[in-house]
Amino acid sequence: MIEEFALKCPIPLDNNPTVQMGHGGGGRMTRDLVEQIFVPAFSNDWLAPLHDGAILPPATGRLAFTTDSFVVRPMFFKGGDLGSLAVNGTVNDLAMCGARPLYLSAGFILEEGLPIKDLWRVVRSMAEAARAAGVRIVTGDTKVVDKGHGDGIFINTAGVGVIETALTIGPMSVRPGDAVLLNGDIGRHGIAVMAEREGLEFESDISSDCAPLAAPVRALLEGGVEVHCLRDLTRGGLTSALVEISETARLPMWVEEESVPVRDEVRGACEILGLEPFSVANEGRFVAFVPDRQVEAARDLLGSEARIIGAVEPLGAEPAMVRVRTALGTSRLLDLPSGEQLPRIC
Amino acid sequence: MKYLDEYRDAATARKYAEAIARETTRAWTIMEVCGGQTHAIVRFGIDTLLPSQISLLHGPGCPVCVTPLEVLDQAVSIASRPNVIFCSFGDMLRVPGSSSDLFQVKSNGGDVRIVYSPVDALQIARDNPQKEVVFLAVGFETTAPANAMAVHRAKEEGIPNFSVLVSHVLVPPAMEAILSSRRNRVQGFLAAGHVCTVMGYTEYEPLARKYHVPIVVTGFEPLDILQGVYLCVRQLEEGRAEVENQYTRSVRREGNQPAQELIREVFTVIPRKWRGIGEIPESGLGLAPAYAAFDAARRFSVDQQRAEENPECISGLVLQGIKKPQECPAFGTRCTPLHPLGATMVSSEGACAAYYKYRRHELAGSASPTVPAGGATP
Repeated sequence: MIEEFALKCPIPLDNNPTVQMGHGGGGRMTRDLVEQIFVPAFSNDWLAPLHDGAILPPATGRLAFTTDSFVVRPMFFKGGDLGSLAVNGTVNDLAMCGARPLYLSAGFILEEGLPIKDLWRVVRSMAEAARAAGVRIVTGDTKVVDKGHGDGIFINTAGVGVIETALTIGPMSVRPGDAVLLNGDIGRHGIAVMAEREGLEFESDISSDCAPLAAPVRALLEGGVEVHCLRDLTRGGLTSALVEISETARLPMWVEEESVPVRDEVRGACEILGLEPFSVANEGRFVAFVPDRQVEAARDLLGSEARIIGAVEPLGAEPAMVRVRTALGTSRLLDLPSGEQLPRIC
Repeated sequence: MKYLDEYRDAATARKYAEAIARETTRAWTIMEVCGGQTHAIVRFGIDTLLPSQISLLHGPGCPVCVTPLEVLDQAVSIASRPNVIFCSFGDMLRVPGSSSDLFQVKSNGGDVRIVYSPVDALQIARDNPQKEVVFLAVGFETTAPANAMAVHRAKEEGIPNFSVLVSHVLVPPAMEAILSSRRNRVQGFLAAGHVCTVMGYTEYEPLARKYHVPIVVTGFEPLDILQGVYLCVRQLEEGRAEVENQYTRSVRREGNQPAQELIREVFTVIPRKWRGIGEIPESGLGLAPAYAAFDAARRFSVDQQRAEENPECISGLVLQGIKKPQECPAFGTRCTPLHPLGATMVSSEGACAAYYKYRRHELAGSASPTVPAGGATP
C-alpha cells in the first residue's frame, strides 16, 4: 500500500501546482486534495468512510489522549521533516504515558502558494512514520490561509493510546533512590534543525534523532520494569525534562555530566555557537525513572546506547533542584533556559 | 573531543588545584577579565577547587553587559523603522533598553535578524538593495576585526544600504580604570585570551609595571583558568608583576597584525560609556572619518539619544569587582535573567546571570550566603 503511493504523487506535479485558497473551501478542490493526497497516503479502514469523525473499536484499559502542534522551520532537515515530527511527537507523548499509541488525528493549516509537492513529501513522511510507529491516522482536517499568514504547513496531531499496564507513570510516582536512564546521545535534532535554518555548515553531517519511542517503552514494560516516570526530551532538552520532573515530584536529583552521551559533532557545534547541549532539543530521546534494583535490566532493555545518568535523592535540607556533577568533581545547578537559547557573541 | 577534553581533565585539574594550594601562603584577590572566563568558572565550579584564600572577582569583559543603555535604545529605535533590516548577534536581542528590547521590536513586526557574523549582515544588504540593513557592532577587540571587515568591504563594494551601530570597547583602559580606583581590590589579573589573540599583550606590559600587578593572559577551558590562577598566584607570592602568557596555543606577544591593521583602518579610538560603570577615556572604538558614512547612529539621527540606568542596579560595582552578585538586594527577586534590572543579569556571561543560573541553590534562603569565590566582600 505504502509502496504504491510512494512511487508517484497522484496529483501531476509536472506543472508545479500550488495550494490555493479553494483547497480549503470545502468544495470540490478540497475533496480532490483529500482523496488524492491524504486518503491514499494514510489509507486505513477507519479513515476510509471519510465521515465527520472516525468510529473506533472498543479498547481494553485506560486511555491516554494527547495533542501537539508542529510549526518547525525549515520543513525539511537532515534526519527528518515536519511530517515525521508531527507523527513521532504525538506518538512519543502517548508512549511517555505508558500507552500503546493507536490512533492519530491530523489537522493541516496550509499557506496559499505552498507547492503541492512539498505537501506530498510531508504527508508521505507522516504515513511512513505512522507505519513505523504502528499507529493509524484516522481523521483529519485541512484549512488554507492567505499567503503570508502561515509558514508553509502547520500541523496539529492528536493521539489516543491504550494503557496496558497497571502502573501509574508520571512525576508523582518518582521515588527517592530511583535511577535516571537516558536512551541515547542528546542534542542532534536541535543542531540539525538550526544548521539547516541558519545555513550553518559543519564538517560532519548532524542528523536529527527523530524517532518513535513506543517500542522502547513497551520493551521496558513487557520486561517487567516498574517504570515510575517517563519524559521525552523535546524543546528545552534534558534540562527542561529533569527540572520539570524534579519540581513536580518535589524531589532533588543529580546527574553525572560525563555519563550523558553527546556526540563530538554536537559538542563542537555547541561550543562554537555558545549553546548548552543539555538544553538543545531532541525528538527521539527520553528519560526513564526506574527503581535502582532494576536499573541494569532496564538499561539492557533500552539497548546499547542507553546510559544511567543520575539518581533521585530524598528531600532533605536541599530544595527540589537538579544538580550536575561535572567531570572536575564540582557541581552546578541545572536551570531552565530563560527563553530560546541564543548564540553568544564571542 | 580533541582540543576540548584535554583541557577538562579531572586529574590534571586536581593537580593544578593542589599546586595552587601549595603556592598560596596568604589571601589574594584575582580578577578574570572576560565574561567567557566567568561563565566557565561558575559552570565548572573552578572557584570551588581553589584554596579559600584565593578570591576570584568577575571583571567587566562581557560585551553584552557593558553596552550602554542609550545604544540599546538607539538599536530599538532604528530596528522599529519600516524599511530597516536590523541584524545582531543573538544574545543582544534580549538585553533591555529603557523601555523595550529587540525581541519586542521583532514581535511588533520589526525585521530583526540573528546573524553569526557581520559579513552575513553585509550579504543581507547585497540581497536587499531596497532596504536599509543595519548591524549592531558590539564587543571587545575580539569582534572588532570581523566588524571592521564588513564595513571595509561595504565601502570597497559601494554598498550604500549597509551601516553599523558601533559600540566597541577596549579592555586595557577598563583594567586601568579599575586599578586606578581608590576602591580597587584587584591584586592580579587573568587577561582575556581571545582579546589578546587579536591584540597581543604589549599593551598590558606598562599596566603591570605602573600598578605592580601580575597579568596572565589566560584561555577559557578549566585547565587554562587553573593554570592562569597558578601563574598569577606564583607571581604574587614571589612579588613579581609581569605579563605572562598561559594561552600560548592561541596568543602571540604581537597578536594578529593584519587584524590590528584592519581595526586601525576602519576604527578610531574614542571615549566610550560602559553600562554600569560610566565613561572611560579612550576606551572604545568608533568609525574613522573615512568610514563615517556607514555610521547608523548618524544615518538615522539617533546619536543624540541619552538614557538613565535603573538606580537599584549595582552592576557597575559588580563589574568593577567591588560587590558580588548576591550582595545585591534585588538579586534573584526583582532581578532575574527573564526580567533583568541591569547589565550583569542580561547575558549568560554576566556575573549575576551566571550566579543565578548555576549557584542560586547555594545562595537562596540563607542569611549568610556561601561566597563561592572564597571570601565575602567586607
